[in-house]
Amino acid sequence: MSILVDKNTKVICQGFTGKQGTFHSEQAINYGTQMVGGVTPGKGGQEHLGLPVFNTVREAVDTTQADASVIYVPAPFCKDSILEAIDAGIKLVVCITEGVPIIDMMQIKPYADAMGVRIIGPNCPGVITPDACKIGIMPGHIHMPGKVGIVSRSGTLTYEAVKQTSDMHFGQSTCVGIGGDPIPGSNFIDILALFEKDPATEAIVMVGEIGGNAEEEAAEFIQSEVSKPVVSYIAGVTAPAGKRMGHAGAIIAGGKGTADEKFKALEKAGVHTVRSPADIGKALAEATPLQAMAAG
Amino acid sequence: MNLHEYQAKELFRQYGMPTSKGQIINAGDEIANALQLLGGERWVAKAQVHAGGRGKAGGVKLVSSKAEVENFVRELLHTHLVTYQTDENGQPVNQILIEEPCDIDQELYLGAVLDRSFRTMVIMASTEGGVEIEKVAEETPDKIHKIVVDPAIGVQPYQGRELAFKLGLKGDQIKQFVKLYLGLGKMFFDCDLGMVEINPLVITKKGDLLCLDGKINVDDNALYRQPKLTEMRDASQEDDRVNKAHEWDLNYVPLDGNIGCMVNGAGLAMATMDIIKLHGGDPANFLDVGGGATEERVREAFKIILSDENVKGILVNIFGGIVRCDLIAEGIIAAVKEVGVEVPVVVRLEGNQAEKGAELLKKSGLNLTPAGGLTDAAEKIVKAVGALA
Repeated sequence: MSILVDKNTKVICQGFTGKQGTFHSEQAINYGTQMVGGVTPGKGGQEHLGLPVFNTVREAVDTTQADASVIYVPAPFCKDSILEAIDAGIKLVVCITEGVPIIDMMQIKPYADAMGVRIIGPNCPGVITPDACKIGIMPGHIHMPGKVGIVSRSGTLTYEAVKQTSDMHFGQSTCVGIGGDPIPGSNFIDILALFEKDPATEAIVMVGEIGGNAEEEAAEFIQSEVSKPVVSYIAGVTAPAGKRMGHAGAIIAGGKGTADEKFKALEKAGVHTVRSPADIGKALAEATPLQAMAAG
Repeated sequence: MNLHEYQAKELFRQYGMPTSKGQIINAGDEIANALQLLGGERWVAKAQVHAGGRGKAGGVKLVSSKAEVENFVRELLHTHLVTYQTDENGQPVNQILIEEPCDIDQELYLGAVLDRSFRTMVIMASTEGGVEIEKVAEETPDKIHKIVVDPAIGVQPYQGRELAFKLGLKGDQIKQFVKLYLGLGKMFFDCDLGMVEINPLVITKKGDLLCLDGKINVDDNALYRQPKLTEMRDASQEDDRVNKAHEWDLNYVPLDGNIGCMVNGAGLAMATMDIIKLHGGDPANFLDVGGGATEERVREAFKIILSDENVKGILVNIFGGIVRCDLIAEGIIAAVKEVGVEVPVVVRLEGNQAEKGAELLKKSGLNLTPAGGLTDAAEKIVKAVGALA
């Protein structure tokens, strides 16, 4: 079991024939993801990477019965692409692109909610269920099927957590990068709720960072709704106030959104926090009943 | 991206939000013409910098003769203004705004922000104007009135009336406020703003509303579709290194320490700063070289980091992911040679072909130390820099 995606997930790619779309679709196919086609308006009817190209998402869905779409189109076109995917009946939209205007997400998010569509990202590495389905730009080879659910606002920090859980033979159920934007399609709470219900997930790693109060909201949610052990790291203890730290959403504004506040809220909720991202694996071993997977 | 007060007020006027009449001075010889256009005998001169606290720092002055204006301009134009919100070098003053004075009866607050919990714009109004709204929020939160605006519907007049009554406005002021409120809401969405602050919004002795100060932050992600606002960028208000990084699409934030950091990914870049601190060192910067970490970007990143003379050592932390670490190592070696990096550099490469990458670094004959993990990397660079002190 897993959350969001598994070996049956049929995936199309929007921006399929572009440089990013091509490179990462090839990686996904090699990993074993069930890629069923792609969309590039005007190139419908062609074949790319051995898969059919469609002019519209609706055509792609009608023909392939795809249930998920990954988006690599440039930021100015993401709103259009996400809305097209929603209207075509896609149930999981993963937007990798960085730089989507905040107001676009303000309008997309309530619409997706009303249509019952889950969005992951934008500005994220994507979603992976090891050895089953990789949607996004993460390096597949560091993952290992297993018991830890990972959710993170950062790409490379997710990889750190993945590597440690693989090195310690815990493996991962599913890893979700929710992205570094101020208005993400899915928040920590959305993903925590899925991990709580997923029988394959025995422990959860949550990697947060400065800015906003998604971690504080997650802390409240964990306290009342999550029975599984949670290990958490928050990046940005040394970040100065008022400066955007790379991610559009990583900024301490008006004295709010500091790492210290987030650590405090999580600790109060019974979360095992670590002050060094190198200690995530160790904390899972020490603070949770998690056992390493049998070799083989 | 932030705008200057005079730029914010230009936008306010376009959206029917009342401001004082003003003229902008870029050079001393523009004073006579500006005063003639404004008329009157008293003016307010305001230095234009991206920082609050100008009044207390001497950046705002009531002047009542041409000579006084000339004095003010001579003293401040093309200097740096240091306020409690700037660093010790202050911010460059490239323009001075000369405005008609106004007689203030009451100071209010009106602002709009992107609220991440509500995932939309929230408009805030308060009778406690002229002070920092964060302070009001802390001490007397009941004095801040909020409207959560549905992004699909936008601002509505009844919301403006509701706020106006809560602020205790009367008669024609209510009409004026609703117009201002609707203008603010429309401007926020039209212009892709992240934050607007009118502090203070004043009631004049005549009883009219007036936006006396203005702060605007524009969503950087939306600048591609806001060409007029993009032209308003004043790069001089940013650190030179930040501008240089911007040119190369690198994210750089200067800090006070002496260990330069070069990392791929924003989260990992913050984590790298944190872990240096955790091991007793002090990070000199935040720098995200992005996913590619190509030789060209790594070279430019080294140049930017080394242009900070406090830097005594550099930690390079790259999680290779899909890109092979031996290729990244080759890029780092070439960049270090070309830039002539002399300070110790500790390199942690993780991911695909990491051992091969470390081997290349070792064999390079340069002052490059491979590290085995995050903790090892932090310990090694802190030790190397500590040994120099």
